[in-house]
Amino acid sequence: MAASSERSPPPFPDSEEPELLEDSDEGADAFTGTSISEMDSPSPDSTRPPKDIFNEPPEDIFSDPLSNINSEPQKKVDTKIPSPSSDEAVDLFSEPLDDDSEVMSSPEVQNPMPDLLNEPVEAPKSDVLGEPPVHKNAARQQDFFEDPPKGSNNSSSSVKKAVSAELFGDDEDEEDLFKETPKVVTKKPQPSGPPVDVFTEVKSDVKVKPQVKDDPTDLFTEEALTAPAQKPPASSSSSSRTNGVHSEEQDLFSEATVELSLDSPLNDRKKKDAVKPSLSAPAASVASSSSKAPSKTLEELEEEESEDKFDLNISVTNPEKVGDGMNAYMAYKVSTQTSLTMFRSKTFTVRRRFSDFLGLYEKLSEKHSQNGYIVPPPPEKSILGMTKVKVGKEDPSSAEFVERRRAALERYLQRVVSHPSLLQDPDVREFLEKEELPRAVSTQALSGAGFLKMLNKATDAVSKMTIKMNEQDVWFDEKIQDVENEEQHMRKLHVMVESLVNHRKELSGNTAVFAKSVAMLGSSEDNTALSRALSQLAEVEDRIEQLHQEQASNDFFTFSELLADYIRLLGAVKGCFDQRMKAWQRWQDAENMLQKKREAEAKLLWANKPDKLQQAKDEIAEWEAKVTQYEREFERISATVRKEVIRFDKEKARDFKRQIVKYLESLLNSQQQLIKYWEAFLPEAKAIA
Amino acid sequence: MKQTFCVIFKKESSIIAVDSISCGPHCLMNVDLQTDATLQVDISDALSERDKVKFTVHTKSTLPNFKQNEFSVVRQHEEFIWLHDSFVENEEYAGYIIPPAPPRPDFDASREKLQKLGEGEGSMTKEEFTKMKQELEAEYLAIFKKTVAMHEVFLCRVAAHPVLRKDLNFHVFLEYNQDLSVRGKNKKEKLEDFFKNVVKSADGVLVAGVKDVDDFFEHEKTFLLEYHNRVKEASAKSDRKIRSHKNAADDINRIASTLYTLGTQDSTDLCKFFLKVSELFEKTRKIEARVAADEDLKLADLLKYYLRESQAAKDLLYRRGRALVDYENANKALDKARAKNKDVLQAETTQQVCCQKFEKISESAKQELIDFKTRRVAAFRKNLVELAELELKHAKGNLQLLQSCLGVLKGDT
Repeated sequence: MAASSERSPPPFPDSEEPELLEDSDEGADAFTGTSISEMDSPSPDSTRPPKDIFNEPPEDIFSDPLSNINSEPQKKVDTKIPSPSSDEAVDLFSEPLDDDSEVMSSPEVQNPMPDLLNEPVEAPKSDVLGEPPVHKNAARQQDFFEDPPKGSNNSSSSVKKAVSAELFGDDEDEEDLFKETPKVVTKKPQPSGPPVDVFTEVKSDVKVKPQVKDDPTDLFTEEALTAPAQKPPASSSSSSRTNGVHSEEQDLFSEATVELSLDSPLNDRKKKDAVKPSLSAPAASVASSSSKAPSKTLEELEEEESEDKFDLNISVTNPEKVGDGMNAYMAYKVSTQTSLTMFRSKTFTVRRRFSDFLGLYEKLSEKHSQNGYIVPPPPEKSILGMTKVKVGKEDPSSAEFVERRRAALERYLQRVVSHPSLLQDPDVREFLEKEELPRAVSTQALSGAGFLKMLNKATDAVSKMTIKMNEQDVWFDEKIQDVENEEQHMRKLHVMVESLVNHRKELSGNTAVFAKSVAMLGSSEDNTALSRALSQLAEVEDRIEQLHQEQASNDFFTFSELLADYIRLLGAVKGCFDQRMKAWQRWQDAENMLQKKREAEAKLLWANKPDKLQQAKDEIAEWEAKVTQYEREFERISATVRKEVIRFDKEKARDFKRQIVKYLESLLNSQQQLIKYWEAFLPEAKAIA
Repeated sequence: MKQTFCVIFKKESSIIAVDSISCGPHCLMNVDLQTDATLQVDISDALSERDKVKFTVHTKSTLPNFKQNEFSVVRQHEEFIWLHDSFVENEEYAGYIIPPAPPRPDFDASREKLQKLGEGEGSMTKEEFTKMKQELEAEYLAIFKKTVAMHEVFLCRVAAHPVLRKDLNFHVFLEYNQDLSVRGKNKKEKLEDFFKNVVKSADGVLVAGVKDVDDFFEHEKTFLLEYHNRVKEASAKSDRKIRSHKNAADDINRIASTLYTLGTQDSTDLCKFFLKVSELFEKTRKIEARVAADEDLKLADLLKYYLRESQAAKDLLYRRGRALVDYENANKALDKARAKNKDVLQAETTQQVCCQKFEKISESAKQELIDFKTRRVAAFRKNLVELAELELKHAKGNLQLLQSCLGVLKGDT
């Protein structure tokens, strides 16, 4: 039964097993918060590959969080509970309930969480998670489900308790924690008979791993490799949270990030090479890494900013047409100059095409935007402009298009790397360092992925309209309004600057024509001095034409493009607000659900149906946990968005000041030239006699 | 010269109407005029009404045929045209370059814009509205000034001309303080004019083909033909150039006001920055607009004037060429008559008349064309020098603004 149902599409895993896990992660989420939101980043498609390789269990691990987010988990729970596993659920929860407050905050739940984050391989640590691999090795799920689960769950909860004790004991030391877990595991099983099997299995699984590595499925080996790297941070984060000591949290977090940044990119890279089709593994692991990065940036934003700014210099140069006809594309040279130790060398250069830049954005936004990060958007695709470049040979408009795009891409990359947490992203480094990138497919405007994206945007827009958030936070309330207004004015300004550019170009063209006609007039003038003066005037006008042209391109590149960039960026800022609103909505939904559950419980009490009362209590506990989790998530995303917006405002102020000063300097230069030209002309005019 | 401009815009039922504009004495310097105390004419005042402009023509003279030394009359554009046409039709003046008639005042476009602005009043902010209104008023005023200047130039040219200044019609125009009751040409007359012009231009081609005996005139003919075309071209191009310059200035103006709204959104550092930049743009756009206006006044108008003046000179050459052809024909006729010994006397008189006419025209035309050149060179010199000086002045002003603004901005950051 389990086997068959588990194969069904992820959004609604309705076997007992997922439920088991679900229960535990929901608790876990409350503490580690991040996990769920990260976990939903892998799309349903991406979760599938691992499922195939692992048989079922891993899928559940992946799909659970999805189902949580994908709504109405409570229904599933309802339907599932009656199944054989209901006892287990009770067991699992009844114990923690004694500790009441700990239901939500106890470390019990907290162990499974890291596991979830780190995928199957972590299983060995606690039996709940150990199960999946066990299944695989045992290859007899049915049995396992019918018999051992009870025992295993009993034991698991007790083990967890033990673990929690351990965790409380030595939360500073992550290594210990992990070394100790196995001990606990071995100790505990003894009292309860049946679980022994499970645990031996678990152990065997650990041993089996090497064998599994030999297994043709690359994914698994890769994951096995990643897992160790990721364990420490995950556990550290969870342990610190149980303590509720926030100051510690930072330290631990920063440590975590350091470790992660050292480990994950390598692993990721390996993984990508090995399993291109499935993004899930890297995405998940990266997700866990990014989940830690924010806390660091929140606290150390200031120093980070100043540090990063100056030792990373990126330029996009040498646009080159590759290929012919409609398959042609422009490749750009991306050169990086840095003293940051995270890069392998000080200077390196790669060639990237436009879709690679878009691909980078896709990856980054997938990972970071739902955490409330402002991911700088790349320049828009321009089918018309590019077709011109592809078809046309060498005409000025396509040259201008290419230059415009080159400059925009350069600014885009600079914005990405100037963001402290985006810089940490392995994809960014890969983009900058790696020789060959897998071709980004989903960026094509007319591809299926493009269509999906459009669809998603549409549904987002609809849901945005339906969500009515009553804003509690005055700061956000004002900021959202400000951003809205600002965007509107920027758009208006942009239109005007564009019109100035056009008029200036027109002026330049007309000046050129006028210069010619004055030259002609001069040539037909029969007074020599006047003729000379007129041809001088023609020359002056010619130079002024050049000046206007330069000024027009200055108008465009320093002013108009700045505005275009910021219109796009303000869009991204709005996206962050939307993410925050979504988190709020999730929280409110959970709150409502909890309310309902409580009412149901009251009804049951009144109806005097004690058999169902326990179940209702469990549900309430579950939803209370969820509410806390979502609330924290919301608070976290609010904090992140706030930091991000403050950072964005700073960047914006700096950018605008720098660019406008630059623009004014260009105007100043124009005027200086103008003065020179007319001063040279004046004696000529006076010489007319 | 003292200039006083007073613009009164009255608002009637939310539509802005231009009721009247008065304009002080103004003299366009693109024609070099001999300063002669015996007859001085200027337009001291002008009043723009709905469909017409009333010019107050002020005359100061010591000439005995005027009753007073100083007097003023009110004249309209049509009366100027009448005066011009009376010169053209006068055979006596065939040998002179008739000063070109001033162009018809054209406020329609500007009026229409003002009207549109009035209609669209509700759809824009107060600042935008006042800004647009100011822009249009400035534009209207500029056109008005130009119109007045063109009419004044015509009168000054006539007053400075040694022969035309003595014209009776001119004196009537200056002195008669009643309406001259000239009427516009009716349809029939306009049609006649049109045919006359067609015949004239066809004839002109014919006459132009005749090789001139006089090298001076031959040279002038080829020169003027070419010059006229080129000045026409240059004038059209300068107009386009100035229009786009004005558009650019308008854009800067709009950018300034949007920056202003952006700057008043908040009170952050950046907003203050925006306000400063907005202020700067507000000033620079004024300068840009002045640059465009001065180029218009000093260059485009000069070219336009010489477009008309060269046309007048061409007309003179045509009249002379016509007279030459007539004279040659009369010679041939005389030869024929002598050969046949028939009507010799009549042919002789005709030949005599033609000869006299041709010689008279040639004699004065030569002087006129030389004067034309002197005038032209002097006018170009004057205007080009002024243009360069104004351009320099504006560029320096702009530079200073930018420098001080940059200084402030950099000091802040």
